[in-house]
Amino acid sequence: MIPWRLIIFCLGFWFLGLGFAHAAESHLLPSSADIWRVVSLQDYNTRIVFIGTALFGAVGGMVGTFLLLRKRSLMSDTISHATLPGIGIAFIVGELFLGYGKSLPWLMFGAAVTGLAGMGMVLAIRKLSKIKDDAALAIVLSVFFGFGIALVTMVQQMPTGNAAGLEGFIYGKAASMTVSDGWLIFSAALVAGLVCYFFYKEFKVLCFDASFAASQGWPVLLLDVALLVLITVVTVIGLQAVGLLLVVAMMIIPPAAARFWTERLDRTLLIAMGIGFISGLLGVFISALYPRLPAGAIIVLVAAALFFLSMVLGGARGMWFRYHEHHELSRRVRRQHLLRSIYEWLEVHGKRTDLLDDEFTLDDIRQYRTWTPGELEGGLQRALQHGFLGEDHPGRYHLTGKGARDALRVVRNHRLWELFLIQYADIAPGRVDRDADAVEHILEPDILQELEELLEDEDTRKRIPLSPHRLNGAVHGGAA
Amino acid sequence: MSSSDTTDHPLTIRDLNVAYRRKVVLWDATADFPAGKLAAIVGPNGAGKSTLIKAAMDLIPSVSGSVSFWGKTYQNMRHRVAYVPQRESVDWDFPVNAREVVAMGLYRKVGWFRPVRKAQREQAQAALERVGLGDFGDRQISQLSGGQQQRVFLARALVQQADLYLMDEPFASVDAATEQAIVQVLHDLKEQGKSVVCVHHDLDTIRDFFDHALLLNMRVVAQGDIDTVMTRENLAIAYGGKHHLLDRVAREIREEELQR
Amino acid sequence: MDWTVLDGWIVVTGALLAMACALPGTFLMLNRQSMLGDGISHAVLPGIAIAFLLTGSRDWIFMLAGAVVAGVLTGVISNAIEKYGKVESGAALGVTFCSLFALGLVLIRIAADHVEIHADCVLYGTLETAVIDGVVNGAVPQVALQAIALLLVNALLVLLFYKELKIASFDPELAEAQGIPAGRIKFGITMMTAITTVMAFEAVGSILIIALLIVPPATAMLVSNRLPVILVLSCSFGILMAVMGHWLAITPFPWLMRELLGLDSLSSASSTGMMAATCGLVFMLILLIQILLRQQKLLIQRDST
Repeated sequence: MIPWRLIIFCLGFWFLGLGFAHAAESHLLPSSADIWRVVSLQDYNTRIVFIGTALFGAVGGMVGTFLLLRKRSLMSDTISHATLPGIGIAFIVGELFLGYGKSLPWLMFGAAVTGLAGMGMVLAIRKLSKIKDDAALAIVLSVFFGFGIALVTMVQQMPTGNAAGLEGFIYGKAASMTVSDGWLIFSAALVAGLVCYFFYKEFKVLCFDASFAASQGWPVLLLDVALLVLITVVTVIGLQAVGLLLVVAMMIIPPAAARFWTERLDRTLLIAMGIGFISGLLGVFISALYPRLPAGAIIVLVAAALFFLSMVLGGARGMWFRYHEHHELSRRVRRQHLLRSIYEWLEVHGKRTDLLDDEFTLDDIRQYRTWTPGELEGGLQRALQHGFLGEDHPGRYHLTGKGARDALRVVRNHRLWELFLIQYADIAPGRVDRDADAVEHILEPDILQELEELLEDEDTRKRIPLSPHRLNGAVHGGAA
Repeated sequence: MSSSDTTDHPLTIRDLNVAYRRKVVLWDATADFPAGKLAAIVGPNGAGKSTLIKAAMDLIPSVSGSVSFWGKTYQNMRHRVAYVPQRESVDWDFPVNAREVVAMGLYRKVGWFRPVRKAQREQAQAALERVGLGDFGDRQISQLSGGQQQRVFLARALVQQADLYLMDEPFASVDAATEQAIVQVLHDLKEQGKSVVCVHHDLDTIRDFFDHALLLNMRVVAQGDIDTVMTRENLAIAYGGKHHLLDRVAREIREEELQR
Repeated sequence: MDWTVLDGWIVVTGALLAMACALPGTFLMLNRQSMLGDGISHAVLPGIAIAFLLTGSRDWIFMLAGAVVAGVLTGVISNAIEKYGKVESGAALGVTFCSLFALGLVLIRIAADHVEIHADCVLYGTLETAVIDGVVNGAVPQVALQAIALLLVNALLVLLFYKELKIASFDPELAEAQGIPAGRIKFGITMMTAITTVMAFEAVGSILIIALLIVPPATAMLVSNRLPVILVLSCSFGILMAVMGHWLAITPFPWLMRELLGLDSLSSASSTGMMAATCGLVFMLILLIQILLRQQKLLIQRDST
């Protein structure tokens, strides 16, 4: 088999290299000294941004995974927009009654309050009316943010304190991260990590099938709220440290990318954290080399690139994988059809002395079952090439030793599965995998032995199992 | 064998293989549904009954095999086919009433840019009356019971004036009135010479409702006239010889056989 | 606060845009794509940037075309991610608009040497300043004319394709089986939303667009369960929200701030912001009344039995 994936990867890197070489010639690229300065973390500030952003990427990926599986990815968008009125109110209240409005913890408290209120409103609308989730998200997002804007325009006219740039004050930028931001992110990571660790099982049940969880007596609403409170806390801290765009993106993109690589929740979590982490790291690295470009946007673009790579190449649900899987399956199924048809035709019409001596023509097999146009001819050619069939006289084919062995295996598997379906019809549909290489890999030994005995009972003279259903044109047959 | 003339058969399926991801759930399914018959597709859970009719209509892709409607592809013949999907397939909170849903079956005949006219609304009302919902035309669809919703779907298929009706478990968890209405409609359709293929799961009632059956358990176990198909042996093959739940049905069948 | 000609035009334009948005918004909501408006309004930024970088011109027609193309692309890309990547629709949209918006930020920075785009007007919209040219010249403001044209086109489209829009939203499978291309009709809804969003963008900003697209139809959906009624009602709610929102922004809201909090210098709040907030207020009010009525009905039923 040709390693297409590897080839494409290499080609991609080659093109990237070409691009870099070209850019280097035209002095678009930073000098090696610059690169060394960034990589070796010589700037104190760069160091903090590196660690903080990557850590936030990992946290976002983790909590975002649960949101994604709960089919509420856009909740992060709504919550982060719903914080704005809280900031406005907190500022006004702070200015008037507490004497200070621009205290960071106070503003963040206000943001968290309306963030939670918005989240509660989404849940309430969904529960109390026939409005669907997506509409509830859009309603809360736009209404809360609109009200927030109205408040902020009022605040900007206030004489007390210079309120201009209030949102800028709270909605930070990744590049301007300070040490205290770093500690905030670290504490958020710690809290989120602990909560996810202790509630792993509960969140898993909730995301997998909420109605099942409810029927099992899990407090679904409470768990939902717990998860969303966690999301809100991470969001508010993230807003301050890395900015709105990055918060939303880091909760949506890494988990969505991780889903392409695995079907298991624990691995999804780890991969999402990894992708978030790498996006943060790589993004800050690039933006440190190009200080003119906005760091947050660069990080999102790195994450987006990783997403699209995952979507195409992902090992469990990626497009390439699924296409290949489907293609491979069709090819294998068709080859099995061909071999089984040949075998069964020979079983009825052959001289039965030696499998390898009997000859057949294309038309014999064509009439045996329905083929899509070109399927039979193409399959026959491939079988000839791969040495399953021989053609001593033009137009007259016979099985080779290899082909006979394979045909035997295919037919035996097929008939064992058919018998299994008949004997264990009640449980069989969930377990039958006709495409499996061998029945032995799936069924228990005692069941297999029973089936084999049944097959031998039907015709002990032959090593090869008899078909349990009537063969086309055959005079003898099995049960049906 | 497949080269025989099938142009008068409303639905012919040949060696159809369907897979969900890596798992083949329908093996070499070959079936002929003759014209003018009420046919049932029966089999245990997970046997691929719904899969079979969905794959026949290209709603899910198949790995190999062929399907023809009156000897042609579904694309060419779909105006002669009406499909009654499972109830869960649409959003019942949608702001339309029962008559409007039924009238949707006429949209192709109405044509682009033209509104639904009085004649079509009357047609829709007549179809609702046929399924016993004449008084429910103005009801919003979420205010109908599950069985009534099922009947609305049936009425929608009726106004399409098709020649072949494909139904996905119309009898699943419905009330007695709905069951009666559906049975009545099936009889009417048969009298008009239409063909019906219906996914069905209730072995108790199958002999009362249908006259042709396809017994399925990932592969086709048996098909043909209802009496030749619904034998003890075939049921044992399709549902498992050891299945105790089937004993009752098996006993009934045995009694019937003894009486004959 | 005196009600001036300026206020009149603000309300009229707001109401026209609200009606123009409610029409595609209703079908967006019924198709469970309510957040698409959010996505499209984020895509305006890269659209404008790319149009500028490609043509080198600041002509509004290029900017408009770029933004519309980017908006439609948002729908197309997120659909493709959903379909080919088997990603849940919300996440697919989120990935798309975050990426596009980030791309827009980078491109705008690259183009920044040549063109000036205020991030503020992207978010807030400037209905107040947008109508001012007309008031000064004593003519109808251009935004209002745009809004009328938009409303007429949208109304015509909905009237012409009413039945196709309905069936494609309710049961796309049945539509396809009858030879009505449900996929293309849904693409048409995306297109209509993108054009509406971009046209209304300059005047009302991205946040009010999301509110106008979804909140009036959702409010109407609470009250009625007939599609034609919902369409008419959501237009009426749109008008109500525009009028009430602006009035709240210039009269009671500043008054509240002044009297209650003692802030004398406040004159008015952002109209667009208050319109969005009013949308929510009306929605919540009606929802609340409904819940109360429902409970009362339950009580009466309990009493009578």
